[in-house]
Amino acid sequence: MTVTSPPLAVEGVSVALDGRLVLHDVSLTVHAGEFVTLLGANGSGKSTLVRASVGLVPTIGGQVLLFGTPLADFTDRARVGYVPQRTRAVAGVPATVDEVVSSGRLSRRRWFMPRTQADRAAVDAALDRVDLAHLRTAPVSELSGGQQQRVLIARALATEAELLVMDEPTAGVDHDNQQDLAALMGDLVKDGTSVLLVAHELGPMGPLIDRAVVLESGRVRYDGAVDHLLDEALGHAAHTHRHTGEPPREGISGEGVW
Amino acid sequence: MLDLLDYDFMRRALLAAVFTGLAAPAIGVFLVHRRLALLGDGLGHVALTGVALGLLTGVAPLVTAVIVAALGALLIEFLRANSRTSGDVALAMLFYGGIAGGVLLTNLADESAASLNAYLFGSITTVSDGDLILVGVLGVAIVALCLGLSPQLFAVCQDEEHARVSGLPVWLLSALISVLAAVTITVAMRTVGLLLVSALMVVPVAASQQITRSFRSTHLVAMVIGLAAALGGVVASYEVETSPGPTIVMLAIAAFAVLAIVGASRRRFRPTSPK
Repeated sequence: MTVTSPPLAVEGVSVALDGRLVLHDVSLTVHAGEFVTLLGANGSGKSTLVRASVGLVPTIGGQVLLFGTPLADFTDRARVGYVPQRTRAVAGVPATVDEVVSSGRLSRRRWFMPRTQADRAAVDAALDRVDLAHLRTAPVSELSGGQQQRVLIARALATEAELLVMDEPTAGVDHDNQQDLAALMGDLVKDGTSVLLVAHELGPMGPLIDRAVVLESGRVRYDGAVDHLLDEALGHAAHTHRHTGEPPREGISGEGVW
Repeated sequence: MLDLLDYDFMRRALLAAVFTGLAAPAIGVFLVHRRLALLGDGLGHVALTGVALGLLTGVAPLVTAVIVAALGALLIEFLRANSRTSGDVALAMLFYGGIAGGVLLTNLADESAASLNAYLFGSITTVSDGDLILVGVLGVAIVALCLGLSPQLFAVCQDEEHARVSGLPVWLLSALISVLAAVTITVAMRTVGLLLVSALMVVPVAASQQITRSFRSTHLVAMVIGLAAALGGVVASYEVETSPGPTIVMLAIAAFAVLAIVGASRRRFRPTSPK
């Protein structure tokens, strides 16, 4: 029997930023084909955890394994797609949607070589998936915030990665765009892509999510099914309701009861 | 006007202008994209220390300027990546340290600061055959690397974090941008002078941006504008007897002004992007 390593395994990771411990002994696994969401209040360490997962933040303890390989030795970068926490994709010189999305292929491209047919096909497919094919020659600076966010998602999709790590892709995106993103994520999960998504609240993604991990003050407070989280949250909310007289909150969010 | 080709020094000057006009915007577009437009100015000041070192040691100033400016570029990249020094403070250190080092070493070489003028303001008509060969080799290398590695350099300037996750050697590519900028400065030193070299890296890019919509077209059009300004500036300076450096830069600024008007007119009448 062949045992497949999970796409992402965070094992007892601690991170300190500016001398302050931000993550304490955090463990988290994303199994193949699993959609995991990371919830927590502002400052709970969600973004630090995903940034440490892809090597953007150094760890002071524990280890991160990508597809079973320690992060420092992991070279098959095309297996990981990353969407940073950002709503704008503009730099100093105008760049088209096609140019930004094409940079998602660089982990597969050889230096000094032109784009291949496969590169073009992957960019076309990514743009189709985020419904931006009609804007491929438009400068990114002329797009709305929601469209720019979709450009960043398309860049990650163009990588054709097996693991997608997304840091609050719904931040600053209106409800309709969140619905579209949820539909897209549903397609990706059906195709077998593993996803780690940071969110403030479940929103339209809720039904797709296999597992939720809640961070509080840099520690894992909850790791389990969304339904159980919802039960705990509602119980907590009801408890709060008894003490404050305020009505229970609708839904669940990182800013809410946690 | 063609009589200027009768003179060896003018033929060398025009060839040096070709290499400079193409190379400066070729690397400048990445500096502008990374919002480091003033890096060229800072490195120009460091190159002055290199020139003075050449005067002090008797080595060709062009060679010492290349080496010192490249080391300065690596230092600023190291400071940017590894220290708490912000980009603008690191640039300020380059400005002050470069000028101070240049004048100090010139004094030690028993030369007056006036001997730096040819490097500060350019002296394209005194370009020797040896200078021209070095300028030509470096100019071709700069353009080839900037065009050949354009996708990787673009990705690093566009989004450094995404580039790192993609497995690109971000520090190496960032250092390459800075070192190529430093080498470009020394290539352009004899044409436009260290004080104005940054203009030839930035102004053609800014001019190009007025009429282009993609990074690639901005890059290529900026190189055409740089080439036209450099060649036009050398010819004009011969015809009206002005210094080539300032003439080149003023032509580039004139191109910016014209293209800004053209771009504004086009944007006014262009339909907005569909949603």
